[in-house]
Amino acid sequence: MPGSLLAVRNVNKRFGATTVLDDVSLDIEESEFLTILGESGSGKTTLLRVIAGFERAESGEVVMRGERIDSFPPNKRKLNTVFQHYALFPHLSVFENVAYGLRAKRVPAADVQSRVTEVLTQIKMADFAKRRPAQLSGGQQQRVALARALVNRPALLLLDEPLSALDASLRVHMQLELKSLQRDTGITFVFVTHDQEEAMTLSDRMAVLRHGRIEQLDTPRNIYNLPRTAYIASFIGRANLLPAGAVTYAVKPESIRVVSPSSAATDGARRLSGTVRKTIFTGASELLEVDCGDGLLLNVRVPGGSGHGSAVMLEIPPDKLVPVQ
Amino acid sequence: MYSRSYQRLVTLPPLLWVTIFLLLPYVFLFCFSFWQVRSQNVVHEWTLTNYFELIRSPVYVDVLLRSARIAISVMLLALALGIPLAYFLSMCARAKNVLYLLVIVPLWVSYLVRAYAWKTILGSTGIFNTLLQYFGIVHQPVELLLYSPFAVILTLTHIYTPFVFLPVYASMEQIPKSLIEASRDLGASSVRTFWTIVFPLSLPGIVAGATFALVLSLGDFIAPLLIGGPSGVMISNIVVSLFGAAYNWPLGSAISFCMLLLVVALVAGAERLEKRFRYGRI
Repeated sequence: MPGSLLAVRNVNKRFGATTVLDDVSLDIEESEFLTILGESGSGKTTLLRVIAGFERAESGEVVMRGERIDSFPPNKRKLNTVFQHYALFPHLSVFENVAYGLRAKRVPAADVQSRVTEVLTQIKMADFAKRRPAQLSGGQQQRVALARALVNRPALLLLDEPLSALDASLRVHMQLELKSLQRDTGITFVFVTHDQEEAMTLSDRMAVLRHGRIEQLDTPRNIYNLPRTAYIASFIGRANLLPAGAVTYAVKPESIRVVSPSSAATDGARRLSGTVRKTIFTGASELLEVDCGDGLLLNVRVPGGSGHGSAVMLEIPPDKLVPVQ
Repeated sequence: MYSRSYQRLVTLPPLLWVTIFLLLPYVFLFCFSFWQVRSQNVVHEWTLTNYFELIRSPVYVDVLLRSARIAISVMLLALALGIPLAYFLSMCARAKNVLYLLVIVPLWVSYLVRAYAWKTILGSTGIFNTLLQYFGIVHQPVELLLYSPFAVILTLTHIYTPFVFLPVYASMEQIPKSLIEASRDLGASSVRTFWTIVFPLSLPGIVAGATFALVLSLGDFIAPLLIGGPSGVMISNIVVSLFGAAYNWPLGSAISFCMLLLVVALVAGAERLEKRFRYGRI
């Protein structure tokens, strides 16, 4: 495929009796930010490890810029990884950690000096060059791990849940930094996460992985608005699933309106009356759990402080119903 | 929490034990080293004669130097065997437990049995000589194999390699696999990864293992006694004979005390070195 930096073709991977990757194919474009989203055990980390070369697939190909690389050891692949717990070398200074890849490739000492200094300045860690990793905070270690990979100017950067160990506010900050770093460098990022909001914020495209299979690969907007399967609809947007004969429709909590029972129904809209069982206040909005009878529980998002009584009338506009598998 | 009196009660027996059976004998040893033997009797006269004798007499200095040479050779050989073995076992997950057991089991076999085993292997009618003669490589049994420093080094290396292997293996097992992967990911070959990551991070274990091998073989007297011959005599054999047949406890004590100081210095140095190689966990 033209423009494709890395292609994963029909990759299968088993650990004992469990199939971890089930015929996975994926094309990664030049300079894109691709997220692999999945719950734990979905095979997302294994897919990343197959691309990096830490695991070998039983069958299938990994092709980088037209060259098959699946038999190459990790050190012969033109990509770098940012590990989940950073994996910084504890016995080396920040400078030596970052210089490690360049020294392994026998880059002349003067170039090592200038390139490492440049990257450390870029991530605002130049003052910490002589420190050991144990003397840094989690966020600083994260930056060093990033610098250690980026200094090699890889064509592809793999990130394995790099933000999962950071606290919430720092995580949001690092998300923005990652995004702008990716845009500035033009390096292709493949980012593994289990956090759908993180995936939506960061990605150009995202691949949703489930039981070792890619359920949908598209832009975050399309995946959110047009989920292909019931699983994606509920995993990504907490969507409600409405069975209607042979078809199931997904409808988002924010697409359902609470209306006054006496008002006239909008054209073609479906109306349901129900009882509010639970109210979850989240600030700007409230999430209502409405029991519509026959075991149908709907999540409805309304503006915060709407103050509904226990009996409500719900209206679902017809264009908000998305058929899913 | 335990009460103060309970804590004292519990610490008292081991404290007494150490004082009576370890510290007191050292004090006696120290006193003895300043006394004299005159007409088969130990005379309680305080003098430095024994220590002067040690320095003056070339026998003791020679044997001490030989002991040091043997101990250092054993240490280097045990490191050369133990480190690759530990690396292989910690990195190759398959059959790890079986291999580990194979290294540990010989430790349960009596020291004497293992030393004797070498006697039968290296002797003039031993497996080694028989094989050499069978293939016509030599026509007379090679006497050099047994009753030589070489035989002592071989035996001690065999006996003390597990002592190097164990701490090194423990160190290597503690290295997170992600560090090895990170090194490979950054373009380092497996050889480079070993020297820049695995080796420096297992230095605490290597230092501990090297100290074991050095100190234990420096003070060994059974291997030289069984297979060392006259040219393989080590310092502890001298001490044994001074306390036994030669009946010169004061001189034996003086040598023992010097050895004690040497070993304490070695262990203390090793401990400082070990601390330097420990890095904070991330």
